[in-house]
Amino acid sequence: MFKSLNMVSINQIQDEIIEDFAQFDDWMDKYALLIDLGNSLEPIDDQYKVPQNIIEGCQSRVWLAAELNGDGRIVYKAESDAILVKGIVALLLRLFSGRTPDEILNADLYFVEKIGLREHLSPTRSNGLLAMIKQIKLYALAYKSKMG
Amino acid sequence: MKLNSQIIQNIRTDFPILEEKIYGKPLIYFDNAATTQKPFCVLQKIEYAYKHLNANIHRGVHYLSQKATEAHEEARSAIAGFMGAAKREEIVFTRGTTEAINLIAFSFGEAFCQEGDEIIISVMEHHSNIVPWQMLCERKKLKLRVIPMNEKGELQIDIFRKLLNEKTKLVSVTHVSNVLGTVNPVGEIIRISHEMNVPVLIDGAQSVPHIPVNVQKLDADFYVFSGHKVYGPTGIGVLYGKEKWLNELPPYQGGGEMIEKVSFEKTTYNVLPFKFEAGTPDYIGSTALAEALHYISEIGLENVAAYEQELTAYAKEQLSTIEGIRFFGTAAEKSAVISFLVGSIHPYDIGMLLDKLGIAVRTGHHCAQPLMDSLHIPGTVRASFSFYNTKEEIDVFVAALKRVVGMLS
Repeated sequence: MFKSLNMVSINQIQDEIIEDFAQFDDWMDKYALLIDLGNSLEPIDDQYKVPQNIIEGCQSRVWLAAELNGDGRIVYKAESDAILVKGIVALLLRLFSGRTPDEILNADLYFVEKIGLREHLSPTRSNGLLAMIKQIKLYALAYKSKMG
Repeated sequence: MKLNSQIIQNIRTDFPILEEKIYGKPLIYFDNAATTQKPFCVLQKIEYAYKHLNANIHRGVHYLSQKATEAHEEARSAIAGFMGAAKREEIVFTRGTTEAINLIAFSFGEAFCQEGDEIIISVMEHHSNIVPWQMLCERKKLKLRVIPMNEKGELQIDIFRKLLNEKTKLVSVTHVSNVLGTVNPVGEIIRISHEMNVPVLIDGAQSVPHIPVNVQKLDADFYVFSGHKVYGPTGIGVLYGKEKWLNELPPYQGGGEMIEKVSFEKTTYNVLPFKFEAGTPDYIGSTALAEALHYISEIGLENVAAYEQELTAYAKEQLSTIEGIRFFGTAAEKSAVISFLVGSIHPYDIGMLLDKLGIAVRTGHHCAQPLMDSLHIPGTVRASFSFYNTKEEIDVFVAALKRVVGMLS
């Protein structure tokens, strides 16, 4: 089994994210941070922006692709056409991209609740956060079984 | 009675939810095309009905059942009067606009449609006035024809004339577009259709709350609307149908209430309107809906329409000061709906941030994906007004929108 060396754990990053958001009381400031994160997200190549990479969400489009690199880690590529969703995508990539399938599959995501993005998990919002996390884990499962 | 700001302030006190704070900010509710808020009198009616006249209707011999039956049937008469129907039997209670359209799509389809026939709808229909017809088309192998619109969001009547032919069995169009606010010339559409002896269904979900409607003057064959969009409760709606049509249509659902006599060999159906009302009717909903219609009739729909026009014009003027704003739907005849985008900002982002400022708008495709496709956009931000909204709220909304656009640009 792969073990992440020289890398902070997913939980450490979750704690950092929680801390980043905790410095703001006002909702608009929290969202301003999310917008900044969205703006800093590297755009993905057009080759990834294909229908089969779209995660069906009601309001905005999210593309998510994954590749396995040489040392058994998954690199995720993702983007959205809505900036707030892009901010969430940036957080998810920071947590998961470059991790082993086991790390991803075993991750318990508590940061969403803690930073007040809980409403994003509501199925009626359908902006795809739940679907994104599910798809991220599905990729991890697929690569794990491929690796044997 | 012209609705001035003093009258509006009084009206606002009739709606308890307008006192709500959202994230600590006063609620500004601009999602009235999705559903409207309820005045005290409607809430009180619901409570009163459950406390004082709750018993299953029509079949009971006891006092409460009689009282409940009377209330339900009085509601039917009141709604017939409100819509200008010739007879109370022409009013069928449904769960809403969607169920009413499904009822007609099923029953009319069973009675009158054969392979190769055609149904005409328009490009600006809500999914509720598209999908039931698609299902009928699939079931009976019919063809669905679509009336296009011009760049202002007005239906192209000249093309509609050409779509009508001897295969056309029914025309079903919306009175007012839920996205563009366009008030369609349904009187003209009905007249043209009747020249070819084709009946017309009008989707009144977005018109009944905002403009006076008289089904006999329009000569509509079917006219449908939802209670919750016109200050009434959810789960109740109305299908108006001309008696001659309703008599010719087979029942939609089977069950209690809609029968005359049941045996295992043969069941005969009840008379209008009960033939179409299977199961225990929503007699609480019907009485509360009648109360809601009474409430807006007291204010006067002409007054409501005039004030909402003034409000919408003011909003449009104020919103126009925002750089990069694009409006969708600029028809000459428009209802209290403004759909827009700003620059390349995704509508979802605007909606989410406005929400945090206490402002409820709708974002997305508004259940009209074919319309969005024809406009080549994924969705819009939609602000839709009611007579309880104010110019002060619009000022707060426009300032908030400017702040949000600044953050997102």
